[in-house]
Amino acid sequence: MTGFYTLFHKELLRFWKVSLQTILAPILSSLLYLLIFSHVLSNRVQVYDGITYAVFLIPGLVMMTVLQNSFANSSSSLIQSKITGNLVFVLLSPLSYLEIFLAYVSASTLRGLIVGMGVYAVALLFYPLPLWSLFWVMLFAFLGSALLGVLGIIAGVMSDKFDQLAAFQNFIVLPLTFLSGVFYSIHSLPPVWQVLSHLNPFFYMIDGFRYGFFGTSDISPYISMSVVLCCLIAVSGWALWMLKSGYKIRS
Amino acid sequence: MTPAIEIQQLGKRYGALVALDGVDLVIQPGEFFALLGPNGAGKTTLISILAGLTRASHGTASVMGYDVLSDYREARKRLGVVPQELVYDPFFTVRETLVIQSGYFGIKSNEVWIDEILHHLDLAEKAHVNVRTLSGGMKRRLLIAQALVHKPPVIILDEPTAGVDVDLRQSLWQFIQQLNLQGHTIVLTTHYLEEAEALCNRVAVLKQGKVIALDSMHNLVHSARGYTLELRLSSDHLPSGLQMWPSKHDGCLHSLKIKDSSEIETVLSTLRKSGIQVFDIRLLQPDLETVFMKLMEVGPEGVA
Repeated sequence: MTGFYTLFHKELLRFWKVSLQTILAPILSSLLYLLIFSHVLSNRVQVYDGITYAVFLIPGLVMMTVLQNSFANSSSSLIQSKITGNLVFVLLSPLSYLEIFLAYVSASTLRGLIVGMGVYAVALLFYPLPLWSLFWVMLFAFLGSALLGVLGIIAGVMSDKFDQLAAFQNFIVLPLTFLSGVFYSIHSLPPVWQVLSHLNPFFYMIDGFRYGFFGTSDISPYISMSVVLCCLIAVSGWALWMLKSGYKIRS
Repeated sequence: MTPAIEIQQLGKRYGALVALDGVDLVIQPGEFFALLGPNGAGKTTLISILAGLTRASHGTASVMGYDVLSDYREARKRLGVVPQELVYDPFFTVRETLVIQSGYFGIKSNEVWIDEILHHLDLAEKAHVNVRTLSGGMKRRLLIAQALVHKPPVIILDEPTAGVDVDLRQSLWQFIQQLNLQGHTIVLTTHYLEEAEALCNRVAVLKQGKVIALDSMHNLVHSARGYTLELRLSSDHLPSGLQMWPSKHDGCLHSLKIKDSSEIETVLSTLRKSGIQVFDIRLLQPDLETVFMKLMEVGPEGVA
């Protein structure tokens, strides 16, 4: 346990020591999104009855921030350690691949949740956001954050250079997030896009998370939970296999 | 007695490149062992396999009786490795780095031992400094400190003195010798052959992934028979009586290969008879470097 806890603690310190960049900056940029989109669209878009666009937008933005930051945490920690070579200190230790996996995922999940809570707390100062069920909110925040933390491990292990990691970020994570319904309900989309959206796992995370606030969603939260859980198990299996086989890190 | 390190038929291929080619090696507890060889001979690959950083293509390796693959946790607890590259984590101070490294090995409070290592490696004053700001030599010593946090019985140092200045090199070796006297098994690779010769009691020489020599330092050095007699003479030609010794010369500086020191008198009397004056004389003993160079020329086939 000491080994796992140490690596987890080290990963926390790693982002905590640069919290201006890893916590405050993402909170600020999410709030800018909120400010601008809600100002521009507030009078034109009505997604759910009785809910202003700004209030509709907040859960999506919180979730987007959670996902991006937990992905950023494990992926950038791993690629930095690989490029500077200090991953060797972890690799020389008796830490098992499972301990390494859990430590990176836990730290990433925590960072995602901290930043998400920051955005939520500040948004609450300006907008009256309802909270229908804390259980569903926490469940989806946790599952989404963990899922992206695991994806971050995969991306970090697979990338040899920073630009390869940036490609993961820009061509996979970012489009999937933006097309998941952060800024809209998929019912407002043409039928083809509605179908395509159902193939995007990020859609289920956002939709389920939003359900926790409003008690209403595009699809049942149970389905969303099942989809996200299956994805989490699948990518965890993949990441564990990579770490166990030493893929790209133990030549 | 369980060997500190036991390697059997160890091989590693990277595509078509054979980095290690069936290496057998047993190192006993308490040895101070040198692993020598030119760049690309497979020294670092061998160390990486022992440390679990690289997977062998075939063969087995164990540390204190624990297989480095199937029993990797036990093997790694008994092994401290100082990597060749100067790597560090720029987020932390010297002390934090060592506390974290201890934690990876499951050690919760290690302050007393950390203080002791810091003192011996002359890093105590830098304990609270970010590792980014350390000089190259200090980073090297921090790497050594990191390899020692869990008091491993077997310590492997891959080029530990590269980039460390002369003063420090001395104190570093003193510390490592002290560890050896306390019972730690030391394995090192180095480019400074005179260091290996002074410190180690056994040597393996690797070339192209094969062990081409494995012997005690004493036997290996003395396997190079004969001495070199260096003479500064009044003439740039040797008299005919000395033509039977293999020799070369640079102006009036001649070097003769002789079999043993009893031949010195014969050489000198021949010179005297020929009326050649001797201004300076030096007898060069065989050293590890001579042996090493010879081994590199001959290659694996020439060594029985």
